[in-house]
Amino acid sequence: MKNWSVGSISRYLPHTAEDIEEMQKELGISSPEELFQDIPGEVRLHRPLSLPPPLSEPEILQDVGNLLERNVFWQKASVFLGGGHYVRHIPHAVDFLASRSEFYTAYTPYQPEVSQGTLQAIYEYQSVMAQLTGLDVSNASSYDGATALADAVRMAHQVNSRPKALLSRAIHPHYRQVVRTYTSAEGQEIQEIPLQDGLTSLSALQAMLDSQTSCVVIQNPNFFGCVEANLKQVAEMVHRQGALFILSVDPISLGILAPPGEVGADIATGEGQPLGNPLSFGGPSFGFLATRKEYIWKLPGRLVGRTVDRNGKPCYVLTLQAREQHIKREKATSNICTNNALGALRSLIYLSLMGAEGLKEVNLLSSSAARYACDNLTQLPGVHLLFPSPFLFEFALQLPLPPEGLNSELLNHRIIGGYPLQKDYPEFKNAWLLAFTELTTKEQIDTLCQRVKEWLSRAP
Amino acid sequence: MPLEPLIFSYSRKGRKGYSLPRPFHPAPHSIPSESLRTTPPFLPEVNEQDVIRHFVHLSQMNFAVDTGFYPLGSCTMKYNPKLNEIIANLPGIRNLHPLQPVETVQGILQIYSELEKMLCEIFGMDAFTLQPAAGAQGEFTAMLLIRAYFQKKGMKQKNQVIIPDSAHGTNPASARMAGFEVHQIPSDARGLVSLHTLQKAVTERTAAFMLTNPNTLGLFEQDILKIAEILHNVGAQLFYDGANANAILGISRPGDMGFDVIHTNLHKTFSTPHGGGGPGAGPVGVKSHLIPFLPVPRILHDDNGYHLSEDFPDSIGRMKSFFGNTGVLVRAYVYIRELGAEGLKAASQAAVLNANYLLHRLKEAYQVPYPGFCKHEFVLSAEKQKRESGVRGLDIAKRLMDFGFHPPTVYFPLIVKEALMIEPPETESLEQVKKFADALLQIAVEAKETPDVVKNAPHTTEIQRPDEALAARKPDLAFPSPYSQKSGEIGWN
Repeated sequence: MKNWSVGSISRYLPHTAEDIEEMQKELGISSPEELFQDIPGEVRLHRPLSLPPPLSEPEILQDVGNLLERNVFWQKASVFLGGGHYVRHIPHAVDFLASRSEFYTAYTPYQPEVSQGTLQAIYEYQSVMAQLTGLDVSNASSYDGATALADAVRMAHQVNSRPKALLSRAIHPHYRQVVRTYTSAEGQEIQEIPLQDGLTSLSALQAMLDSQTSCVVIQNPNFFGCVEANLKQVAEMVHRQGALFILSVDPISLGILAPPGEVGADIATGEGQPLGNPLSFGGPSFGFLATRKEYIWKLPGRLVGRTVDRNGKPCYVLTLQAREQHIKREKATSNICTNNALGALRSLIYLSLMGAEGLKEVNLLSSSAARYACDNLTQLPGVHLLFPSPFLFEFALQLPLPPEGLNSELLNHRIIGGYPLQKDYPEFKNAWLLAFTELTTKEQIDTLCQRVKEWLSRAP
Repeated sequence: MPLEPLIFSYSRKGRKGYSLPRPFHPAPHSIPSESLRTTPPFLPEVNEQDVIRHFVHLSQMNFAVDTGFYPLGSCTMKYNPKLNEIIANLPGIRNLHPLQPVETVQGILQIYSELEKMLCEIFGMDAFTLQPAAGAQGEFTAMLLIRAYFQKKGMKQKNQVIIPDSAHGTNPASARMAGFEVHQIPSDARGLVSLHTLQKAVTERTAAFMLTNPNTLGLFEQDILKIAEILHNVGAQLFYDGANANAILGISRPGDMGFDVIHTNLHKTFSTPHGGGGPGAGPVGVKSHLIPFLPVPRILHDDNGYHLSEDFPDSIGRMKSFFGNTGVLVRAYVYIRELGAEGLKAASQAAVLNANYLLHRLKEAYQVPYPGFCKHEFVLSAEKQKRESGVRGLDIAKRLMDFGFHPPTVYFPLIVKEALMIEPPETESLEQVKKFADALLQIAVEAKETPDVVKNAPHTTEIQRPDEALAARKPDLAFPSPYSQKSGEIGWN
């Protein structure tokens, strides 16, 4: 390391040879070696890193472009996958605004005087999420739907110190896995509530609920797309035992479904992707976490509050920080620091454009597409709805044969078919989960039906 | 910039900002009415132009890397290349559904796989997981790996994690979430880990030591090999917090220092934007003995291409809904591909040169609690100013806003009184660094001669010194409040 590597190497490095000369002179040094002399020779790297040779901008575009050619995505194919992430329309104004670099190149708004834009946006985000969930307060965001749920289960444990969390088996299998990972070390016991007709079994829940239960978690609509019934009754059962009721919800569905706060949930969480965030192969989007005011001191994550400055002007600051790791260290409600603020901002812009009416339209378009697909697909021989319960925009079909073969066949016709449930639910052989959105067209559904029909006719 | 009203103030019944297709099948859903909303949610109803103006105005109320110098210590606010934004938003990345069959996502899996390999080389580790969504989740992942490792070995007595008092707050919080007891040890007079103190603290119960290197004072832990030996002698693991890796790219590698497990912040070291508080990405690298415990799914490669496998029985499980923050990972991948080995090393050298130049210019005017060459950042103390004229570190930070700079990190690390933690990343030119030095020197003069100017700063921002006590005493966290239709009159605490 005798010489500086600095100079005209990269457009991201402004130091010229003269600059370096001047700085060295000021410091009284003659080589970079002198600035790194505190790093012992034994832990120095005495060779260049072995990395691919550097590329120029056009070369990177070409190179990555070639790699991405190998990916199939929804403009190139019809995608019928859901499971928490949906092919939804993102108004272009969302991208336009979220690409303002005053938003995306800012840091966490620790200095309120120069961060009012981010702070007010988070306050507005908290406001719309409180409205959607029917609860009092939302945090500034979590990483995703799964970690937000894990945060909620840990939060319930902090509220009542009880050892047992009951999770419906109709919750997204990945979310259940993440809850187990998150709670594995702190001694919380996770039990799964069995299914009945694609819904959470209330009789099983009744039998499992006791004074050791910290929380009961249900997803709505659940992983199978079914709308869970009798949630108010569940809330009463849960509260009778002094436990907390957590709902993991699809935020779009809250445009028409009863909000968690109204049915008696204490905490609502979910995946924010459907609200104006691109799929991006599963991230980054954001997770949301909202609760009742009495639990606010146990809420993980950042919060923004409205206040006034020294001249009496209304403004916004990070607040109630005594819950957080930078103040409380190991006694904090959670370790979360960086969250997914930009995804939350996108959702705020999305909801500002859509309003309640737009959200309702998205629901009706998606559910009518699902209805149309269901009516047509279940006409085919040997194809039935797996569950009798009402669904919104996603449903599971029972096929006469394993869906993996069908999916391979569909892929040849540029259709990415549904999700085979058997991997996560061995009891549901040949079950196929399909999702529909406001972007699904009649032609796409008609083609899908046609291809499924052909596949069935060729089947042995 | 005038204050901007809430988005709700633009709302009028009947306005809309969306454009959707018409339904092709008017059949209604079959959801029973008791499951439906009785009233629509109170959301803003705004036309597109007003939405645009509102958020453009909000954006103009932010300081950002793209508007000016952001010397926030331990945050590495380097330039966020625009090419990376373009690539992360290509439809072949942005529009991939996470449940797609692997044969339709070979391109992105190849990028993942190459990024894992490049991170292994840069940090001297044997394997990486890209799954953790942020630095803190990376730390938590690492602590769970260590816990699983000792459980597998039947060493349940290993239940304590040692952390220096200069550490980030996420370290103790992450260790605690992974079920460990936290034991904090003081730094020595050099600002480094005291071998003596560490030796005394380490017992058979010690599971791990969490260390940032260079540490949060910007100093390299030069006894690192001895530190590793002390830990390894009792069978404990050494964890590297990668927050400060921007000082050592191509110069020194945690894997060669004896670290068993590390996390890295792609949103610091590898130029991905901070997004106003996220998203980030916190990939975790391990030495071979910890590989069996890595989170699933993992990416495998064979003659048929790339696969995702969950078949790792000793894995700690899943940390996130899907594979990782893809959009962030891709940006970091592009950054490394553009800079290459020489560019990364040049970046670290320039960051360290900037920091030392700035420290040198400021060391007469401000107290330097730990003198000598620093790495990519350094910590000043405003103790002298506080003693002489009552000007505090926070006042100096606020005064910097009047000069057009973002303040440094203040009151951290906790072991320095009136701390100003300053990190001038390599993407800042010498002229910019000089201007910042001149501003801090002038503020030091003001602190002596006209201290009220500093104590009452900022003078030029629209908002000045918000009442944080009021915000905490009467939390107003949403509009409209569930208890009052008028915001600002809530007081439900």
